[in-house]
Amino acid sequence: MSAQHEQHPLFLPLVFVGGLIFGFGLGFSHMAQPEVVLNFLQLSDLGLLFVMGGAAVVTGLTFFGITFVRGDAPLTGAPYARRLKSLDRNVVFGGAIFGVGWGLSGICPGAAYASLGVGNVVILYGIAGMFVGAYLQGVVRSSPLGEDSSASAAD
Amino acid sequence: MTWLFVATIAELFPHGISHYAIGGLLVGLGTAVIYLGTGIPAGASTFLESTLSYVSDRSRFQQYRASRDWRVVFTLGIVAGAAVYALTFQSGLLSSGLHQTATTGELRDIGGITIWLTDVQPWRLFLGGILIGIGTRLGKGCTSGHGVCGVGSASSASFVGVATFLLVAIGVAQLVMALGVSP
Repeated sequence: MSAQHEQHPLFLPLVFVGGLIFGFGLGFSHMAQPEVVLNFLQLSDLGLLFVMGGAAVVTGLTFFGITFVRGDAPLTGAPYARRLKSLDRNVVFGGAIFGVGWGLSGICPGAAYASLGVGNVVILYGIAGMFVGAYLQGVVRSSPLGEDSSASAAD
Repeated sequence: MTWLFVATIAELFPHGISHYAIGGLLVGLGTAVIYLGTGIPAGASTFLESTLSYVSDRSRFQQYRASRDWRVVFTLGIVAGAAVYALTFQSGLLSSGLHQTATTGELRDIGGITIWLTDVQPWRLFLGGILIGIGTRLGKGCTSGHGVCGVGSASSASFVGVATFLLVAIGVAQLVMALGVSP
């Protein structure tokens, strides 16, 4: 995924179209509404299971299926590989912190961007918060005492 | 027996499932389109750190330099896609029996375009946002990176990540509700 592979003239347009479909889906499913997510987390409407589940089924079939057709992507030459991250305590700690934030607010990154698209300007409080949080962890992890110095394989 | 089953289903899914399922398939399709063309399993939360690389020299953000431009384009695409939804189904230009009108928040008409606004208090969004910013980055992904791309890849780290944030979020949302914080 290095930058020089991403010079294909259709690379950015394709990413935009993918984002367009992705964002439309989040709007259509009402996942861009924090209240709907909170109703799911409060177990009063489990419909949201079909959003993540439906999406994961499509990506699962695509990710595995394409490898039978060809080995690398046409626009970048990058090999078709599964999205795998190393499983360590960061996954659990980070996941738990994310869970507290998600349960408190009903927002998550993708849905928050989509929420802005449906006109929900109030969501800017949430997006601003996400940048503050991402910055704070970046400052800690860029410092000599942070984890990056111990050659962690995060992302 | 059948009646009881149907009644239980109706209780768990008071707003039906069609718009959820169709929305989910589209989210997956958007991810699949990008993956098929580029080989990239795109997640939404890395945008936060990669975009910070434009304004901060810290090593943690600079490692995303190579991907920061397309991540901005991906995010603008998400915003634009949701705006297309707002201009069509949300504004009533298009309608379908498979689509539901919003029953939460506030719909406001501005020059023929219907926008939707949340009733969730700003402090909850901001504080939640900070925790999300820390947690998704430390935990290597969010609902799209782990939940859609990672689960679709049958990644064990993603199964653990999703189970963790889902269970914690359900607990916290229940607690918030029990404390009477609404909406």
